[in-house]
Amino acid sequence: MANKIPRVPVREQDPKVRATNFEEVCYGYNEQEAMLEATRCLHCKNPRCVAACPVSISIPNFIAHVAEGNFTAAAEIIAKDSSLPAVCGRVCPQETQCEGSCILGVKGEPVAIGKLERFVADWSRENGGVKPQIEPANGHKVAVIGSGPAGLACASDLAKLGYEVTIFEALHRPGGVLEYGIPEFRLPKDKVVAPEIESVKALGVKIETNVIAGRTITVDSLLDEEGFAAVFIGSGAGLPKFMGIPGENYNGVFSANEFLTRNNLMKAYRDDYMTPIHAGQKVVVVGGGNVAMDAARTALRLGAETTIVYRRTETELPARREEVHHAKEEGINFAMLTNPVEILADEKGWVRAIKCIRMELGEPDESGRRSPVAVPGSEFEIETETVIMSLGTSPNPLIAKTTGGLDVNRRGCLVADENGATTREGVFAGGDAVTGAATVILAMGAGRKAAAAIHEYIKTK
Amino acid sequence: MYKIVSKEMLTPTICRMNVEAPRLAKAANPGQFLIVRADEKGERIPLTISDYDKEAGTITIVTQQIGASSSEIISYEEGESFADVVGPLGIPSEFIEMSPEELKAQRYVFIAGGVGTAPVYPQVKWLHERGVTVDVIIGAKTADLMIYVKEMEAVCDNLYLCTDDGSVGFKGLVTARLEKLILEEGKKYTQAVAIGPMIMMKFATLTAKKLELPIIVSLNTLMVDGTGMCGACRVTVAGKTRFACVEGPEFNGYDVDFDEAMRRQTMYKKEEMDANEHHKCRIGRGR
Repeated sequence: MANKIPRVPVREQDPKVRATNFEEVCYGYNEQEAMLEATRCLHCKNPRCVAACPVSISIPNFIAHVAEGNFTAAAEIIAKDSSLPAVCGRVCPQETQCEGSCILGVKGEPVAIGKLERFVADWSRENGGVKPQIEPANGHKVAVIGSGPAGLACASDLAKLGYEVTIFEALHRPGGVLEYGIPEFRLPKDKVVAPEIESVKALGVKIETNVIAGRTITVDSLLDEEGFAAVFIGSGAGLPKFMGIPGENYNGVFSANEFLTRNNLMKAYRDDYMTPIHAGQKVVVVGGGNVAMDAARTALRLGAETTIVYRRTETELPARREEVHHAKEEGINFAMLTNPVEILADEKGWVRAIKCIRMELGEPDESGRRSPVAVPGSEFEIETETVIMSLGTSPNPLIAKTTGGLDVNRRGCLVADENGATTREGVFAGGDAVTGAATVILAMGAGRKAAAAIHEYIKTK
Repeated sequence: MYKIVSKEMLTPTICRMNVEAPRLAKAANPGQFLIVRADEKGERIPLTISDYDKEAGTITIVTQQIGASSSEIISYEEGESFADVVGPLGIPSEFIEMSPEELKAQRYVFIAGGVGTAPVYPQVKWLHERGVTVDVIIGAKTADLMIYVKEMEAVCDNLYLCTDDGSVGFKGLVTARLEKLILEEGKKYTQAVAIGPMIMMKFATLTAKKLELPIIVSLNTLMVDGTGMCGACRVTVAGKTRFACVEGPEFNGYDVDFDEAMRRQTMYKKEEMDANEHHKCRIGRGR
């Protein structure tokens, strides 16, 4: 019986070794491992995994081809729904999506759908890739703001439909959070991200870097002066949040965004790049999400003893389980039920410690999570040279401020309907710019929906 | 893209370049800045926009050789190209929103220090073209380090030069010259603007406060992306944390915590000194 085979384990770099380098943690399946794992799929009549996938990949279908060793066919099936499979196979929270709904997971381990997707995408890239089907040019131009997951997904779908698409990117390299946010050891830039972007370009999509919407150009100038029929805004949620506690502006306190951008986009970890980065001997990371894990594991690799401080317990950590597991294996300390109240500095204004208070879990709040309550008089200090704040991000107000008729909600997110249509005609939006900080795959899903809505809008205009 | 169409050394360490960046030039306004990355392995360096030519599609940057990255920028020659030039960044000077009547009622004094003189120029020019009275004080260590004298003369009402050693103009600090203008020479201003080293802006602000003169300063903080993403540029203004890149770079001088801003500028000093020690000079490299 297929489901008698245990889930095929995936090979990984030894934790002690990888804690000192930036090479990818997970090696992925080889052909034999992937084919064996693929035989575990039960091919449910009503596959719950597909319904749980934000871009509805035909999961049992591609897995069937993997089981037969027909990897090209598997890649073609995935390519119909996803323009970034090598990325998603690595960074999707599969345990709450496809794998989380796999029927095998009820009694045992779900099919390793993420690792299979990754295998197919990597195999396909190394073996010539999938030939995309592109409809003839229809003469309409569409502008996409932001080259992160939402923008790339939207641009890909529109290009396949025959649109002339230009992506405007504010930074000097395309990819958005894939480039500046997610570290090399989880998502290799030259090996995985760059080829995925090249494959989007191969559809005819133009990418202009160093163009800031709201400064270099505006949504209005794109529509009125540059002849674009519609604009998709996928500008992400880039503004870092701070706690608002005393001492946050001391030297040695950074946002996770700054720390990660210096290391990922600006390659501070490499000797041949000029970017400086400050970690020191001891680092405290405040927060419990994937970004906090990324920042902590980066600091560790730069040589620091690293502690994650989070105000709830490990069960509530919003990070993917795999990331928490990897962080622990690598030797990151977890200080749970701990909340910073002040950052302390030496006489020169450099961080010397972070003062925290112990927390305990109280009654569940409206989100169902038990809210943490401070234990009076339990303050204590953790010595550290560096504090990295990883408390989430909010959308940049620049585009909304410089575009007439574009509504935002009270959290600063663009208002858009389920198809991505904003309050301004011809302007669509999706991803973190609309939802606030979320995941790569949700942003891609939003980009695809908006692409369909833009197609409909231009056809019927 | 980003070809250097002209280059000249204004002093042995200060360099002026005109660079092709058509979208940027078209959108630029006084008070804004840009970011240059010389090559693939370089840092993103924020620089104020010293001028722009919307027709020619070029922008002007003035760079002073300080560390490894500014030396890298200066090592580029006419005809070569930078990897990246992005902008305009930040909010333009507030006077560009004023009505002609409001502008006519203003009497500006600009206090420019060192390489900060260059970004003063487009502001003075903009105001001068609209008939606003503008005086300018330029301060430098010695006459050899003074830049933009001729350019500034052409666009301001009165130009006052100061040097630390008295080699040209008034011997002493810009703050002393400002005090003298107002207290002894009977000049009246409605607004001061100071651009230069943080320490100069701090003391210009203290002097302006004493003289009850409103003052705007342009903060040259650390930055990575320049779009509000990294927060390296945090400054405390009126007791609140603000991002200089998207909420500035210009702020009311009275409200700025200059001591914190100066401390934060030294954040990567150790790392930069290490880099300078190990930096292989690539000037004259065969490209």
